[in-house]
Amino acid sequence: MKFGVLVFPGTWSDRDWGHALGYVSGQEVVYLWHNDTDLQNCDGIIVPGGFAHGDYLRTGAIARFSPIMESVRKFAENGGLVLGSCNGFQILTEAGLLPGALLRNACSSFLCEWTYIRVERTDTPFTSQCQKGQVLRIPISHGEGLFFCDDTDLQALEDRGGVVFRYCDANGAVTPEANPNGSKNNIAGVINESGSVMALMPHPERCCEPELGGVDGLLICQSMVHAVAGIHS
Amino acid sequence: MTTVQNKLHWLAKVTVTRKATVVDPQGNTVLDALRHLRFDSAEHVRIGKYIEVSVSAADEAEARSEVAKMCETLLVNPVIEQYAFDLQQID
Repeated sequence: MKFGVLVFPGTWSDRDWGHALGYVSGQEVVYLWHNDTDLQNCDGIIVPGGFAHGDYLRTGAIARFSPIMESVRKFAENGGLVLGSCNGFQILTEAGLLPGALLRNACSSFLCEWTYIRVERTDTPFTSQCQKGQVLRIPISHGEGLFFCDDTDLQALEDRGGVVFRYCDANGAVTPEANPNGSKNNIAGVINESGSVMALMPHPERCCEPELGGVDGLLICQSMVHAVAGIHS
Repeated sequence: MTTVQNKLHWLAKVTVTRKATVVDPQGNTVLDALRHLRFDSAEHVRIGKYIEVSVSAADEAEARSEVAKMCETLLVNPVIEQYAFDLQQID
């Protein structure tokens, strides 16, 4: 399968994704420059972390207008799989492909640490290799990861099962103490209504080999690989 | 004979603020700092953005319309923010 990793000026997780999907997962990977419009017949698209366009104005605000994003929008509308992580999450919310917005962490600090997230849904192309309620250990690295939407939209998101991951403790309990950045309802990752676009603040690509301290990120990579290969578990 | 339309120059001073329902950790931290400095009178701090945009437009209505479009397209995220601007003619 072929995955396209978007690269904006200021993106920093593109090569990590390429390594996780290419070297570790054995897939073909191409890098797609933000000024291009050709998705090169990729089966899945990754919107990686970093500081696209310097995060100027707002995180993701300028990146959403890069030419490649119009192609990504059409790709997603046709059911193509799009996964965003960290800055990719911020870009996808700014683009309106996912609900909500990401605000400065409640603690005001940049956080770079391991977190636990609970898998809320396994019937998605991004989590099929996980168990429902499974606790994944995946690092975060962000200053603006507080997931926010107003109460009406939050209720609508919860009602349709749009929350895929929640910050939790090592035992899977979703508590205020386990919420690193003050996200509403401990939300760490959400999916769109059609199930083709999902994003999370943590970095799965940084924990796909034991040498890096964990392999839970592989479950998300493998889920995508299974999905684009048409293998249903 | 062709008529060349003279464009006038305008300066928009745009203020972007967070909606009341949106948390503002930066504002809270500044409020804490003010109180630490014994400004007991400080009750509330909200931090926003100030943006200046100069535009060319035939008249004030056109300038206002352009700036509003800029705000709604790029400068403001309506999920979390609101905006207002003052407009003045320059030169």
